[in-house]
Amino acid sequence: MSVRARTAFGAVVGATLLAVLPGCGGGTSTGDSGGNSHPKTLTYWASNQGASLEDDKAKLTPELQEFERQSGIKVKLEVVPWSDLLNRILGATSSGQGPDVLNIGNTWSASLQTTGALLPFDDATFAKIGGKDRFQESALASTGAPGKAPTAVPLYSLAYGLYYNKKLFADAGISKPPATWDELVQDGRRLTGGGKYGLAVEGGNVSENIHHAFVFAKQHGADFFDASGQPTFTSPGAVEGVKQYVDFIARDKIAAPGNAEYAQNESIGDFASGKAAMLLWQAAGPNLQKHGMKPDQYAVAPVPVQSGTPGPGQNIDSMVAGINMAVFKNSGNLDGALKFVKFMTSDAEQKKLNGEYGSIPPVKTASQDPAFSTPELTVLRNVIATSAAPLPQVPKESQFEELVGGAVKDLLADAAAGRPVTTQSVQARLAKAQQQM
Amino acid sequence: MTTTVDRQAPPAGRDSGPGRGRRGLFHIPERVRRGGLPYLLLLPALFFELIVHVIPMVLGVVMSFKELTQLYIRHWWGAPWTGAGNYRVAVRFDAPIGRALLDSFLVTCAFTVLAVGLCWLLGTTAAILMQDRFRGRGVLRAVFLTPYALPLYASVIVWAFMFQHDNGLVNHVLHDQLGVTGKPSFWLIGDNSFFSLLVVSVWRNWPFAFLCVMAGLQNVPRELYEASAIDGAGIWQQIRLITMPSLRSINQVLVLVLFLWTFNDFATPYVLFGRSAPAAGDLISVHIYSASFVTWNFGAGSAMSVLMLLFLSLVTAGYLLVTNRTRRNRA
Repeated sequence: MSVRARTAFGAVVGATLLAVLPGCGGGTSTGDSGGNSHPKTLTYWASNQGASLEDDKAKLTPELQEFERQSGIKVKLEVVPWSDLLNRILGATSSGQGPDVLNIGNTWSASLQTTGALLPFDDATFAKIGGKDRFQESALASTGAPGKAPTAVPLYSLAYGLYYNKKLFADAGISKPPATWDELVQDGRRLTGGGKYGLAVEGGNVSENIHHAFVFAKQHGADFFDASGQPTFTSPGAVEGVKQYVDFIARDKIAAPGNAEYAQNESIGDFASGKAAMLLWQAAGPNLQKHGMKPDQYAVAPVPVQSGTPGPGQNIDSMVAGINMAVFKNSGNLDGALKFVKFMTSDAEQKKLNGEYGSIPPVKTASQDPAFSTPELTVLRNVIATSAAPLPQVPKESQFEELVGGAVKDLLADAAAGRPVTTQSVQARLAKAQQQM
Repeated sequence: MTTTVDRQAPPAGRDSGPGRGRRGLFHIPERVRRGGLPYLLLLPALFFELIVHVIPMVLGVVMSFKELTQLYIRHWWGAPWTGAGNYRVAVRFDAPIGRALLDSFLVTCAFTVLAVGLCWLLGTTAAILMQDRFRGRGVLRAVFLTPYALPLYASVIVWAFMFQHDNGLVNHVLHDQLGVTGKPSFWLIGDNSFFSLLVVSVWRNWPFAFLCVMAGLQNVPRELYEASAIDGAGIWQQIRLITMPSLRSINQVLVLVLFLWTFNDFATPYVLFGRSAPAAGDLISVHIYSASFVTWNFGAGSAMSVLMLLFLSLVTAGYLLVTNRTRRNRA
């Protein structure tokens, strides 16, 4: 080879190697089964719980330093925005290059469980983090399909409450918050008028829609999936439930038609500015205060039921909302990861973190702390303890959310445009969603 | 090391030169050694082309023949083969999934034709109007290019706010001030979403057409216009007989690029409508995204993507064939 060709060859090989090598480095875990080959470090993907990613970092970093002080394990933190989290998890699952510990939305639990990428928490594993009994039953119910070992543990819990504007209620001569939907519609009609509305709904948001559709269907005795996991979207109870929700705009007209396109949390703004007198939301307090509403201007009551008082079965009034914590099975530091989960679910950290995020500890002992006894959190805590149910824990939960949530969004759009919404039209739209499963 | 030896060896003695004995195992024939360098230099490009374009595309095609759900993504090569199953579901237009895909495809076609047409018309008009020097031309050009220079997310989210039903600027102007509509309209849900998407897309892309045509016009000799003016040609005749023929090759590329961008546009509808778009604004790339990523059915999504790739390749090939032939006929 002439010198020129040889130099060129060397350059080509060098450049190629340089380009390929970084692809091989990085990432803490490879292969299928984990172990403890990297006992001194952990990578943690946190979800965005605070006002911003920076806010989350500021809140979590001191806790991670505390963990490092106790265990000698350094935790590399990355806060992942919600818009990316699921895609990142799926990417990590297919490539085997992921974090050791991560947060997941609790409605993804069953879907992610079936990937087999997450560490199952059997009794022995639970024992390592302090036992299963420490957690709230309803929160545990949303950590995976029933009958299988959960692949996540609850970290932060949330539930829906009915937020109402005290002054608007007083002005309309309403003395107490509605306890049933009939009362809510009546009150809503009295509160609607002069550019103001009784209720604000986040109608363009697929997830909000599905949370409400689930509760309304439950209250009509219906489930969106049967015991064998097959979709039953068109059962009379489900149709009735969805219609009742859409009717807030369609028939009762207690929510502004414009709400049908709300998807950027505009309904919180409407409630805070007094344009709407009621709002169904999860732990809205911090958000409302950010919009300039003072804590004494609003109050919280349990979400209404069809009749009677909130409780189990047909009288549930909220989904179990919240964040779970999971461990990647192929982590290079399984023991450290479990130590970290134990640390994050310890009483002290539960009190601190849930306190800062405005959520409720799924750990029973921590939730008894006086910090969670504000009027707002007392209501939500009772809901979680007594009248909340998990969304269907089936592998196809994501499809369900997308299709049924989208169907409700379309129905609300119909209602907003003044097209009639009937039992038949609701059923037809849900039937279409079911066929797409 | 062997530099001096190589240099000093006479050309005929190269084959039996000192290098040969040491490298007998990797003997490279003279022909390759002489002519191989260009190919060797192409290797890195080829390598990156492979990992960036070809391999992902091939993997996508392979996935489209598999039943790839969350059950298998950890070992996706182990997912069961479905043969043409994913394709059959995608093209069964009497069943809901195929029907929805077809609807989305038709919406996308209509949207693309209108958007590309309007972009081209606006861009060409503006470029022709600004061909002559006048005061403030530079400023105007800069202003015209702004939409193209703005970050996509920021500009589209501003449009989303302007299109809001209750507090949006569009309804404020159309309904409150001009009284064009009887009641405030919905722009982000329902049938109007098609037009709001069209407006935003044209607003974003026409500066590109403007830029291309403007560059093309620099090459048209001014003398042609002057000569034709002396011969008594009006402005329309000048445009028809001088400007357009001179822009032919620019237009050929411009329309093709605009078509591909618009047809494939994901970010604009996604930012405007979120992940579940109203039927009238359900462009195909967002549709495929929800059919695969959001519902965790990657095989079906791949199959739909492959169908879209086939369609776009066919259209592009057909377009180039037809336009090149007409050009050759004219030449």
